[in-house]
Amino acid sequence: MSQPGAVVVPASHDAHEAHHEELGFWRKYVFSVDHKVIGIQYAITGLLFLLFGFSLMMLMRWQLAYPGAALPLLGRILGEARMPGGTMLPDFYNELGAMHGTIMVFLGVVPLAVGGFGNFVLPLQIGAPDMAFPRLNMLSYWAFFLGGVTMLASFLVPGGAAQSGWTSYAPLSVLAGAGQTMWLIGMVFLITSSLFGAINFITTTIQLRAKGLTFMRFPFFVWAQFVTAFLLLLAFPPLEAAAVLQLMDRLAGTSFFLPSGLVVSGQVLTVAGGGNPILWQHLFWFLAHPEVYVLILPAMGIVAEIIANNTRKPLWGYRSMVYSLIFLGFMSFIVWAHHMFMTGMGTAMAAFFQTTTMIISIPSVVILTALIISLWGGSIRFNTPMLFALGFLPMFGIGGLTGLPLGLNVADIPLHDTYYVIGHFHYVVAPGTIFALFAGIYYWFPKATGRRMNETLGKIHFLGSFVCMNVVFMPMFLMGLAGVSRRLYDGGATYAFAQPVLHLNVVSSWGAWILAIFQIPFIFNFFWSIWKGEKTEENPWQATTIEWASPSPPPHGNFLAAPEAYRGPYEYSVPGAAKDFVPQYEA
Amino acid sequence: MDIPYTVEIRRDTGLTNGKIGIWLFLASEVMLFGALFASYILIRSGAPTWPRGDTILNVPLATFNTLVLISSSVTMVMAWSSLMRGRFGTFRIYMGTTILLGCVFLVVKYFEYSHKFHDDLFPSTNNFLAIYFTLTGLHMLHVFGGMVVNAYFWGPGAKLWKTNPRWFTNRVEHAGLFWHFVDLVWIFLFPTLYLL
Repeated sequence: MSQPGAVVVPASHDAHEAHHEELGFWRKYVFSVDHKVIGIQYAITGLLFLLFGFSLMMLMRWQLAYPGAALPLLGRILGEARMPGGTMLPDFYNELGAMHGTIMVFLGVVPLAVGGFGNFVLPLQIGAPDMAFPRLNMLSYWAFFLGGVTMLASFLVPGGAAQSGWTSYAPLSVLAGAGQTMWLIGMVFLITSSLFGAINFITTTIQLRAKGLTFMRFPFFVWAQFVTAFLLLLAFPPLEAAAVLQLMDRLAGTSFFLPSGLVVSGQVLTVAGGGNPILWQHLFWFLAHPEVYVLILPAMGIVAEIIANNTRKPLWGYRSMVYSLIFLGFMSFIVWAHHMFMTGMGTAMAAFFQTTTMIISIPSVVILTALIISLWGGSIRFNTPMLFALGFLPMFGIGGLTGLPLGLNVADIPLHDTYYVIGHFHYVVAPGTIFALFAGIYYWFPKATGRRMNETLGKIHFLGSFVCMNVVFMPMFLMGLAGVSRRLYDGGATYAFAQPVLHLNVVSSWGAWILAIFQIPFIFNFFWSIWKGEKTEENPWQATTIEWASPSPPPHGNFLAAPEAYRGPYEYSVPGAAKDFVPQYEA
Repeated sequence: MDIPYTVEIRRDTGLTNGKIGIWLFLASEVMLFGALFASYILIRSGAPTWPRGDTILNVPLATFNTLVLISSSVTMVMAWSSLMRGRFGTFRIYMGTTILLGCVFLVVKYFEYSHKFHDDLFPSTNNFLAIYFTLTGLHMLHVFGGMVVNAYFWGPGAKLWKTNPRWFTNRVEHAGLFWHFVDLVWIFLFPTLYLL
């Protein structure tokens, strides 16, 4: 970096000076450039989308448990085009399925885990006054918001929302109705949003960390967000490319994903042809496999923070965890085709991808094992965040271990199209990641509001959710092993071999509906605690990391004096110290 | 509140925030165009026949356009180096030339496109034209985006020169990095589509 000959003027600029004056409502809460406000905006929008996506699934569960039965009341509200006489039409079922996946992944979990926790916690944990590019950060949220609105609006276009699964496999998706075009445009907004976010996270982490905060003094959460940002930065553009190609196919009549001589409804399609439907799968999974790690790494980061804090011990094997995380990030780019064994890609390709898949399981196991060993010999505080963090460990463990057979070509082929796969990845994401996200909400709530959430309600929320999650997803393994396809509108009712396990559909569905009831204590607790929760000091959990040095809630600019890091992130129970934790920020 | 390292460099990384930001952005752009080039390879390798680019496309015009873009990269560097020497007037001339050369590129491209449409050659005609229109279309969007940014620094954005010349110089350098990237993409596109 060289400089012009001119005299250097100090780095003040009218855009920045504007922050010093009191901001109006719109600039302060809506079009805010403060990373904490943006983080909370992301988190609340993400939570609302999680609830919405969950509601779509609860409707589907009705059809799966009682195929063809009229849904009382709600069935009428949804109208004749979707549920005539209260009975769900197959097309509406497909809409619900595609949009449940899309909303949960792209509008629920990622915005909450990365946009919410990343934005709110990361700058605080590295002792930064804000993100490196605050206005880009605001743009990122609003691009996400537009993407969400586009996705929601797609329910209202003729023919309804996208119906080709959250994977939008070609050629089905190319030939689908207008909702699919909305889906693609929505995705372009979401990709833009995550690009802005990723650039911001990486730059902020490298540039704005506090004095003395070297990379190996980072809290594990910071590392997790840092690696996640690289995945978002590099994996999303190929999906953008794929979305552009599919838009061309749909709007300009090209045939990127349409093979020659494709017969639709008994007639040969009049297009140029010569395209390749598998190309879509490659481009999609090149994003969507790293995306799996985008879903799980921030969760691991949150759980690591909470476990260290509540065992009052340093994390066991911090360095191996960090190296595993980086290795995981690299490897996640070369495993994508294990989602595509069913395409008949050939033994050479399959051998390569199943080998890389087996290799990538090692760093995940290292991290999980390190977290479990961290519990050893600790005097554990069983508060709500810790319960959710502890719940994460076996749930993610089940999700991970049931994934191993799916990574092997031979075992994947009979299992791939069954409920086994649904059970597997939901164990990773639902009781896995979402538990970690709940843990994070309970843990950082005092930092964001200055008040604690209620412990009793939190424990009811945890116990109910923990039991129900297993009631929902455990039966899916059994149904999958019995061979029930995951793509059926009636849940397998017409198949003779499925009859002995069909009652499990009912168990699963009731699990889901009761799970919804157990979210009510959380929703109530969340809003009640914002105004009425027990007031706390700035460091209620006696934690060591830098975010607890700022006042709760932190003001604009975060810290009263620029913090400095003097030691590693988890100096708990240091022999000879006056108290059982030595904060990173205390000299 | 000021964000540190917007103008001055951070000592241990030797970089400003903007410099890291633009390189990260370019990394994601590489993945975007990389995915499209990979799609091109996959579709072409699966096609029974594939036309040679020069039998359909206008190679002399594209050669001219290649020279135009390379020249614009040179003038972009000259614009930045004028700022480095504190010569704002020369910066305006070079930056203006860069924008004009971008315009020339787009005008030539417009004639190429309209000629194709006139001959009934559309994206839907075959997959060669499909990938040609998609790749060059996306590239044109990038050229246009670069021109908008350059025009901003030539016009209203240049106010920053008076208050903070170093910051302004850095911003022009970052815009230049993007412009060179757009140029580089064309240098890959030209042989791939027109010559192979």
